[in-house]
Amino acid sequence: MKCNKLVDAGRRQFLRGGVMATAGAVAATVMTPEQAKAQALARVDYPANRLANIADLVVNEPMDIAYPDADSPGVLLKLGQAVEGGVGPDGDIVAFSVLCPHKGWLMSYSAEDMTLNCPGHHSRFDCEAGGQQIWGHATSNLAQFLLRVDDQGDIHAEGVDELIYGRLSNVLA
Amino acid sequence: MAYKRQIDRLPIIPADADEFNVTCHYCIVGCGYKAYTWPMNRQGGTAPNQNKFGVDLSEQQFMETEAWYAPSMYNVVRQNGRDVHLVVKPDANCVVNSGLGSIRGARMAENRPSRVTGTQQQRLSDPLVWRNGVWQPTSWDDALDLVARVTAKVAVEGSEDDIVVSMFDHGGSAGGYENTWGTGKLYFESMKIKNCRIHNRPAYNSEVHSSRDMGVDELNYAYEDYTLTDTIFMVGANSMETQTNLYLNHMVPGLQGGAKMIVVDPRRTLTIASSEQYAGPENVLHLAIAEGTDMVLFNALLTHIVDQGWVDADFIAASTFQGGEAVAQDSAHPAGLGSLEYAMQTCRTTLEEAAEICGVSAADIQKAAEWIAQPHDDGSRRKCVTCYEKGIIWGNDNYRTIGALVNIALATGNVGRIGGGVCRLGGHQEGYFRPSEAHVGRPSEYVDQFLIRGLGGVHHIWACDHYKTTLNASEFKRVHKRRSDMVKDAIDMAAGGTREQVVDAIVSAINAGGLFVVDVDIIHSQIGQNAHVILPACEANEMNLTSMNGERRLRLSEKYMDPFGNSLPDALIAARIAQHMERVLREMGEDAYADQFQGYDWETEEDAFMDGYGAAHTAVTYEHLRAAGNNGVQEPVVGYENGQLVGTTRLYTDGVFTRHGREDGKALFCAAGWRGWQAPGKAREQAAHRFWINNVRANIFWQNQFLDQDNDFVQDRYPHPFVEMHPDDMVDLGLNPGDLLEIINDNGVTQGMAYPMPTLKRNTVAMVFGSPAGSQGNVVNPGVNELVLPDYKHCWGDIRKISDATAQTRGISFKSHEIML
Repeated sequence: MKCNKLVDAGRRQFLRGGVMATAGAVAATVMTPEQAKAQALARVDYPANRLANIADLVVNEPMDIAYPDADSPGVLLKLGQAVEGGVGPDGDIVAFSVLCPHKGWLMSYSAEDMTLNCPGHHSRFDCEAGGQQIWGHATSNLAQFLLRVDDQGDIHAEGVDELIYGRLSNVLA
Repeated sequence: MAYKRQIDRLPIIPADADEFNVTCHYCIVGCGYKAYTWPMNRQGGTAPNQNKFGVDLSEQQFMETEAWYAPSMYNVVRQNGRDVHLVVKPDANCVVNSGLGSIRGARMAENRPSRVTGTQQQRLSDPLVWRNGVWQPTSWDDALDLVARVTAKVAVEGSEDDIVVSMFDHGGSAGGYENTWGTGKLYFESMKIKNCRIHNRPAYNSEVHSSRDMGVDELNYAYEDYTLTDTIFMVGANSMETQTNLYLNHMVPGLQGGAKMIVVDPRRTLTIASSEQYAGPENVLHLAIAEGTDMVLFNALLTHIVDQGWVDADFIAASTFQGGEAVAQDSAHPAGLGSLEYAMQTCRTTLEEAAEICGVSAADIQKAAEWIAQPHDDGSRRKCVTCYEKGIIWGNDNYRTIGALVNIALATGNVGRIGGGVCRLGGHQEGYFRPSEAHVGRPSEYVDQFLIRGLGGVHHIWACDHYKTTLNASEFKRVHKRRSDMVKDAIDMAAGGTREQVVDAIVSAINAGGLFVVDVDIIHSQIGQNAHVILPACEANEMNLTSMNGERRLRLSEKYMDPFGNSLPDALIAARIAQHMERVLREMGEDAYADQFQGYDWETEEDAFMDGYGAAHTAVTYEHLRAAGNNGVQEPVVGYENGQLVGTTRLYTDGVFTRHGREDGKALFCAAGWRGWQAPGKAREQAAHRFWINNVRANIFWQNQFLDQDNDFVQDRYPHPFVEMHPDDMVDLGLNPGDLLEIINDNGVTQGMAYPMPTLKRNTVAMVFGSPAGSQGNVVNPGVNELVLPDYKHCWGDIRKISDATAQTRGISFKSHEIML
């Protein structure tokens, strides 16, 4: 199945006005971010945010999340088979930004082939291959959120491996 | 695992950063970008008054914001001898791209050479001369003295016909009006070099002779015509990949505004897939013809349009030739040219005949004719813009096929009209300004064969890598290497000798069949392996460079950084070669010949521009172009009024056609008679091998990857050239995704990586053109048309596996390229 909510949201281009809708949707699943120290260090200091518990995830059903803060929408996925960079007992849990690194359109998840797709200019990213751009206009692969699973099965995001669209610092000042 | 830059923060452009106009130096569309530079010890801040954008950067910026740039748009480069921060980002105010960046252009900053960040360290920094068994770095004077002495001696003792030149003729990149003039003045004015060729074809000729002979310049429209038209008729092109922002910023608005789209291509391209998304599948017609049969399709379309009375009779009467045959078929004209009635005698083809030969239904051909020419219900004429590119330019029977396509546009009055045009989409930008090449002749010399036959003694190469981008490349490489090795051996044997003794040894080797090779390039290229002297050039933005795009939009792309190391603009390299030639020739007592090499006292690229293009177009100066910014002016420039250059939105609005030079101003139709495979050897090769090896382009690579071969983002995606195949064919051959394979035929062998593509026809593969890790040209036969236009597109071979997937190829994505919304 597709994540129709994201599809519809993307088509309405609601990000032109703000991401409050997303922020509202994700507030329940994200712990309050720690105050990040973006100013003084050589690299930004990422918050460790709880995104969900393993028990909340269903194979190939995307869960809306946000990281490192509510203005950076993402998706949490349990893919069903181990992938590079995947965490959890099955090595299959990954999370990505859903802002297309080309022009910042909100992407939709295709459960059919486990990809994120941009409705704006048709770029595509492979969730099973570290967010590699399958085809598209972006000059980077998709920002993936670094995950850790604790003893309780809680999934925490703790970092990002590419610059997120729309911010010149992954953790905003 | 996908390549990640691990960049979590970028320096902010301060409010007072320097700003430069940049035209993307890659494809012909020429998107506008802005470059910003500022000192290393400064940075902007997040407060609106602290950054160039005047916005609060402590907040998330929204989609399509101007206030963001990707890591690929940032670098540290040298400017006036100092390191500076650099950002190069798309210009929202440029009418060409409206802020869109492509996967090529939006990496321009990252693909600049930087000693600080380590990017593009493959760039040449100093002249290199073959000495002591290796290339030794040396000074310009030392290297150019050797070039001049050998070139002069060969030209004087033999003739200028012994000097062979391969030179770019394009804009953008390291071409442009400055550099085509510099090289053109050297080889066509100071010398009269006849044995020369262009970067992508084995002779010095036009890609579109027939269109020009018919009176129609191949770049006659404005990009806005795609938004103003009723139908986009695309042939042998894939603009979503290769002219990306022309497609996204001009064609897509046309489709969203109700235009229909016809695409002629044996392969289902991404342009087709995306157009179905934007316009709805019912408004996109894909004519998946059998390879090489385009001309038959065009003739059937023309016949149906004529028979239905959908022609533009007034236009035909006023603007096209009426008297039967105007130009007879001869050795310089592979088809006769004349009136519509004259052409119809040859072109007449029924829908059924075309359906049989092309392998598409008569109903679909009829539908295409209706979309192109059937008047609207209110009787008003239908607008149709026709665009084409390498699918027919590098296709079967270039002259007649392009002529047959232009016939349709002329018959329907779709040239010089809003929403019309019949245009080459183009590869590079244009930037051609040279002295007359009339001495080259027509047909011009097939230079690759000239070299293979052992002729010529000196080969000057300017930004061409025939190892990757010529046909019959296997044989060409073998011979070129053997001949140049003879000269290398002679240099090695003469080690320790004086300059005179070394030159004598080189010339003796040349007289024995050797070839002295001078390679001018920005990197040490594959053909550069055969060079004896390598001269380092620089690119756009390391120099000021003027070019025009596919709608003839002329811009000055400004210099914002220093040339890498001791590299120089090609125009100034040409000037220095000329000055050394003059000096050496005087020493040789050849004063009259030496005098021909005067007039190169250029200090800068602007001097070269003003000596050539500027001398012929007095209104066009760097100052005026700088003021015109990224929107520039569309050529031809007709004046300078109220502080602005005045251009021409589209050609032939007066219905007077001039490209053929006819005084009557009448366009001609082409008697495009179908004759099957035109080039020698194609039919036999098709019969002998299972797979059609279509060579294609991909949006991620620019040209032959000369910079992208050193770009980790690109090489991570495609570590080997992709060979797209139908999955059932892969099963047949025991191939898994990422396995390495080789393609074999009588011409040679090449290799690539199996990539499943379910939308391909069986027994067809699509291999990326020009890859450094597997040249498709190796397996293309030497067949050309009467005017030496190569048929790269038609090549057949067999395929066998050479290796399981490598660690690199195993990790990449092999999913469909088509969007899944």
